[in-house]
Amino acid sequence: MITFDHVTKRFDDGTVGVDDLTLEVPEGEVVVLVGPSGCGKTTTMRMINRMIQPTGGTLTVDGQDVMTVSPPQLRRRIGYVIQQVGLFPHRTIAENIATVPELVGWDKARTQERVKTLMATVGLPDSVANRYPHQLSGGQRQRVGVARALAVDPPIMLMDEPFGAVDPIVRSRLQDEFLRLQLQVRKTIVFVTHDIDEAIRMGDRIAILSEGGKLEQYDDPERLLADPANEFVADFLGAERGLKRLALIPVSEVSAEPGPVVSPDDDRGNAAEVARSYGTDWVVVVDEQRRLRGWVSLHELDGRIADANLRQFALSVESTDSLRAALNAMVTSRTGVAVRLSEGGLYEGIITQELVSKEIR
Amino acid sequence: MIHAAGVVAQVVDTEWIGRHLDDVRTYTLEHLLLTGLAVGIGFVVAFPVALLVQRYPRLYGPVLGLAGVLFTIPSLALFVGIIPFTGIGIATPLTPLVVYTLLILVRNTVEGLRSVPSDVVEAAEAMGYSRRRRLLRVELPLATPVIIAGLRIATVSTIGLVTITVLIGWGGVGRFFLDGFARRFATPLLLGIALSVLLSVVADFSLLALQRLATPWARGRR
Ligand SMILES: Nc1ncnc2c1ncn2[C@@H]1O[C@H](COP(=O)(O)OP(=O)(O)O)[C@@H](O)[C@H]1O
Ligand SMILES: [Mg+2]
Repeated sequence: MITFDHVTKRFDDGTVGVDDLTLEVPEGEVVVLVGPSGCGKTTTMRMINRMIQPTGGTLTVDGQDVMTVSPPQLRRRIGYVIQQVGLFPHRTIAENIATVPELVGWDKARTQERVKTLMATVGLPDSVANRYPHQLSGGQRQRVGVARALAVDPPIMLMDEPFGAVDPIVRSRLQDEFLRLQLQVRKTIVFVTHDIDEAIRMGDRIAILSEGGKLEQYDDPERLLADPANEFVADFLGAERGLKRLALIPVSEVSAEPGPVVSPDDDRGNAAEVARSYGTDWVVVVDEQRRLRGWVSLHELDGRIADANLRQFALSVESTDSLRAALNAMVTSRTGVAVRLSEGGLYEGIITQELVSKEIR
Repeated sequence: MIHAAGVVAQVVDTEWIGRHLDDVRTYTLEHLLLTGLAVGIGFVVAFPVALLVQRYPRLYGPVLGLAGVLFTIPSLALFVGIIPFTGIGIATPLTPLVVYTLLILVRNTVEGLRSVPSDVVEAAEAMGYSRRRRLLRVELPLATPVIIAGLRIATVSTIGLVTITVLIGWGGVGRFFLDGFARRFATPLLLGIALSVLLSVVADFSLLALQRLATPWARGRR
């Protein structure tokens, strides 16, 4: 656990980088520091490993005041990843990853073993072990940076815009891998970004900072989006705050409606009645095994449903998908609803726009 | 080309050279000794100064200013002017030679250290390197190409300057010049020049080879 207790950093030239920050980073969680450029994110992060010395307040790591630990000692327990990666250009990939093990005096065999494991963990092929950093792609270098920071399995990781220098596709993949990795390793992570979407995606909690390192709000992503503390936070979250929030809520949070369901054996008469009671001009066709057959508009129906030309829902959702995915399914279907299927592909019901907006209101 | 070669053949007395091979050897060794000592001592002085400047960047201006002033003293004046202080020993040619290397060596060593990317230095710091270890294991290895580039310039310019010390009783292969001037005889003059150029080229290539050996990571990079 990392605690900031009224921590302030005033630089020699009088600039206040961080102003009276009180914040707790719980064990095993990802806390994202987010805010506009120059608001003090990096300063906040670097005070944790004393690359920047606080000028006021108390900062503790696992209960220990950082000012009482020698910087090299402190830093070897704290992994560090930055945007520019900062790999050592004169050392091979394996040597880069072995940096901290070597510093703390691991023997050769143990180090080699660890390097091998880590390369696999971050998805680097064995073949790059003896290459130099300039021979790798940007995404690969970023992975080396993460592996190097994880080398001695430090309980804490500091990550300063770690995926900022790679293209959006690679970034998205690295984010996914990072989240999967974090599920296994459960590090206490301070993650800095200026990108609110990345913050929402990565953070268990988000600290929004404004100019001068002032903490505007500290909450989990959903509460932040649901209830911004002030105008600054609302502005920073952006106009699509509602949509971003939908991305965080699973479909299972709303109870699906049964929907205007008919069976293939029904005819136009049954269908019209079902549709009328639902206020629609279409019906969903579901067979005896609860398998979804499609939907059909009353205007295109005469006689038996089984003989009708059924239309398919292009998209469907499951309980673990987000409401944003459900909304997307709605706007891409002429029916204006999303169908929810079970994991086995059986029909569970429909989700309407009313259900969704009721949830986020 | 053929014409020039013909002229050289006419003015160069190969027989004379054959009779003076011993001189060629002694003068060359003296040249190498003076150059090696000058650049070596120059580096031993410049290196700590450069580290100090790296640590306290405010010193850079004054230090470069001083080295620059020393560099602009006319060489002849310095060589002759120093005799009353240093006598006739090897210190007399060596002191000015060392002084002239300082500007280049200090500047290149500082620039070499400054050329290390700041994200690399920061990463080293964040990994838990002490200042000393970071200097030895990260900054100096990465500064090596620029530092050796400085040694190459200093060495080549010192090899040229050594010939001038003939005026104060030294001179390396420059001693042939005196012979040539005294007797209005072209062969020793041309021999001195050729040897001096040859020494420069060999020294430069050796240092280049050393640089490539010392920086295996940079191979095939450019
Ligand atoms: N060494 C320093 N000296 C003076 N001011 C600094 C120093 N480092 C950062 N600052 C200032 O502190 C503020 C916060 O910087 P930083 O933490 O790097 O912002 P962020 O990472 O959020 O972009 C900025 O105004 C920056 O100019
Ligand atoms: Mg920053």
